Amino acid sequence: MASGIRDKVAILGMGCSKFGERWDCDAEDLIVEAYAEAMEDAGIETSQIDAAWFATAIEEVHVGKSGVPLSVALRLPNIPVTRVENFCASGTEAFRGAVYAVASGAADIALALGVEKLKDTGYGGLPQRGSGPLNDMIKNNGSAPGGFAQLATAYSEKHGVDMDTVKRAIGSISVKSHANGVKNPKAHLRKAIPLETVLAAPMIAAPLGLFDCCGVSDGSAAAIVTTPEIAASLGKQERITVKALQLAVSNGVESAHNSWDGSYFLTTRKAAERAYKEAGIEKPREQIDMFECHDCFSITEMVTMEDLYISNEGEAWRDVLDGFYDADGEIPCQIDGGLKCFGHPIGASGLRMLYEMYNQLLGRAGERQLKDPTFGMTHNLGGQPHQNVSSVAIIGREGA
Amino acid sequence: MVGIKAYGGYVPRRRLPRSVILENTSWFNGALKAYSKGERSMCNWDEDALTMAVEACRDCLDMTRPDDIRAIYIASTTLPFTDRQNAGVLGTALNLGQNMMTMDITSSQRAATSGLINALSVVQGTGGSALFATGEHRRSRTANTNELMYGDGGAALLLGSEDVVAEYVGAGQIAVDFVDHYRGQNSDFDYNWEERWIRDEGFMKIVPEAVQAALDNTGLSAEDIDHFVMPGTIRNIASMVGKRCGMREEAARDNLHNVMGEAGTSHALVMLVDCLQDAEPGQTIMVIGWGQGCDALIFKTTDLLPTMANRQGIKGHLAHRKEESNYNKFLAFNGLVEQDGGLRSETDKQTALTTLYRNREMVIGFVGGKCSQCGTVQYPKSRICVNPNCGAINTQDNHRMAETSATIQSWTADNLTYAPDPPHHFGMVTFGEGGRMMADFTDVDEGGVAVGDEFRMVFRIKAADEKRNFNKYFWKAAPKVQA
Repeated sequence: MASGIRDKVAILGMGCSKFGERWDCDAEDLIVEAYAEAMEDAGIETSQIDAAWFATAIEEVHVGKSGVPLSVALRLPNIPVTRVENFCASGTEAFRGAVYAVASGAADIALALGVEKLKDTGYGGLPQRGSGPLNDMIKNNGSAPGGFAQLATAYSEKHGVDMDTVKRAIGSISVKSHANGVKNPKAHLRKAIPLETVLAAPMIAAPLGLFDCCGVSDGSAAAIVTTPEIAASLGKQERITVKALQLAVSNGVESAHNSWDGSYFLTTRKAAERAYKEAGIEKPREQIDMFECHDCFSITEMVTMEDLYISNEGEAWRDVLDGFYDADGEIPCQIDGGLKCFGHPIGASGLRMLYEMYNQLLGRAGERQLKDPTFGMTHNLGGQPHQNVSSVAIIGREGA
Repeated sequence: MVGIKAYGGYVPRRRLPRSVILENTSWFNGALKAYSKGERSMCNWDEDALTMAVEACRDCLDMTRPDDIRAIYIASTTLPFTDRQNAGVLGTALNLGQNMMTMDITSSQRAATSGLINALSVVQGTGGSALFATGEHRRSRTANTNELMYGDGGAALLLGSEDVVAEYVGAGQIAVDFVDHYRGQNSDFDYNWEERWIRDEGFMKIVPEAVQAALDNTGLSAEDIDHFVMPGTIRNIASMVGKRCGMREEAARDNLHNVMGEAGTSHALVMLVDCLQDAEPGQTIMVIGWGQGCDALIFKTTDLLPTMANRQGIKGHLAHRKEESNYNKFLAFNGLVEQDGGLRSETDKQTALTTLYRNREMVIGFVGGKCSQCGTVQYPKSRICVNPNCGAINTQDNHRMAETSATIQSWTADNLTYAPDPPHHFGMVTFGEGGRMMADFTDVDEGGVAVGDEFRMVFRIKAADEKRNFNKYFWKAAPKVQA
């Protein structure tokens, strides 16, 4: 295996806009908000950035294609800017591009920035768009919750967990994330909700109710990365380094071959296995201190807890109900409120997750601060359960 | 001996009780209350004349695809395309190949019977077999009598000269420009003249002439007719005409008014298929087609008739019934109200005709691939085998997916996505011979879907591109027809 990315790249600074229905903002405003914070944190000038990666997924509803919108918004000095799109992993993909550029020596300092301005469509939920002329002829009709809801029916069937228990477990996931989101000033939704409210909510796509779905919002997040040596030379005493960056992409097996049972994410398992190996983590349930997973829907989070090998297969619902993932549990999950409370401006989400892990590792998380975390993990899942991209990133204290 | 080798039928699952129509319309026209009995069939939003014809043909062919089919006909006055051959779509959907004659027959309620007479003569002359299909999805204004009289449905006959279940004995035809109703180009609805005149000057005078011509041509007498198949929405019209022609009283067949209404051009063949499902070997059937004149065809059933027992026909589909109690749904499905589909419904649905042409077997014919190296069936057919333990390149042979079972692995009822009949049900289905797909469901009962249910794939409208007036067709999973 390749030597991997572990400890080769450090995070110099990060920024994150306030997420929400930013009726007052264009994408440009959000970009600048996240960028300004990241630059202040990094303590550098724009002229010191060698290259940039720009993530946005549904560009046709806001900035349009290419790296130009970022370069123009930030008046970057004609450096390389690459626009990336890989479904909901787009933000993490921008981070991967920037990190690899530094690791290769092609750049000393690189910027990763993701943005999505979703609230200009005129309706709630994610915009539904075409997927190419042939796909549009043979692909099913259905919303994002409709696709993910099916994890619940397949999971319930496979593990013999009755749907009421599944509903209660995934409902508790949303309750937990809302409780965390209350403490986060940058979150979109900041209101604690009781389980009864979750269970009584209108059905969006059976069995997922309104509170099983993450919000849709506008937002931006950014990371500036460099080598640990340059970070040290710029005065960074406590350095957070990248331990692993993995991506796994479906190849059609889940959607067209009968070996997949519909109850889990094949890609997440592959990405997690490779990430743990890259980071030198052998027992994730003992070594990972906290993680942000892609809770686009509550059932996605529950299944992912197993696919990241934190909970045993078929037992995540029990860990959830036991409070294992609560803020005061063994491994807090979505300590910042998650997609559930931040909403999901697609290009920004992966970087928003890293922003929380980074601040927690540096002890800057305020009311939400966890005790001495060493490793933080983030996970994105884009597409549908039967055809998707999944990313896993692990960051931690340098040398850990 | 030319005749009918096999038959198939189709009636949409939904039935609208006439009482439901009247609850909503009799305030305007109290006279409609005279038609309060029974129910009519109604197309789901994703059904039309073509989809019904496809399903009737599948019933008729019973999973086989005879290689001697030399012609495909479709007869209807409500075909989805005015200038794109509908029979060609039908042939592609059925995977019948391209070395054949295809033809649409239209413009009259008599199109099916006249077309059938013609098709039988062609079969007689050329040999081989021919597939003759009909489907009719009639629209009518709200509070019009037609709304109560009409129904939707289709039928199909496989014609040939060997192993027939009903021999074609002969026919009589009368051409008279008697306009009881008409529909001009670009009109949505029929324009009707007085019923009493239609009865007295039309049916009672013109049909007997055609009946007599058929009897004269075949050397039979009226008393020889065991089943008199005559559509007509005027009460007891078949009995009255039969009596005038000298037929036995019991010969007149029920016109299915109570259970489905009259399916226009299709109805003569719908009633014929229903009759064949009742008939005994050795019986004589006369079929009437009415419309600017009259056709009278005579068939005689053979000893092979009982071999058709596994067809659903009309009776099986009539039994596969789902009552619709929402009149507004009927209006919406038939485009009779201005409905707000919401912003999500505005997504552009243009079809790239180049892409459709390249992939017509995959899309319209629902043809997947079967790897010749490892045997894995897969949809869509692709260049590299999906089996993780194979991965062979360019090894896939065409494989028809439509006729195998489709078992539900996971599903949902989606309230968020735009669908004309929410909640939209869809899910992963696995096919009996291998392969799977995330498929749209149709005709389901809300609350009646479960993992493990065995469904059947059906040919339906995937979406209507209203901007360009183009129906996009594809395959969906539906509950099996279980008579």
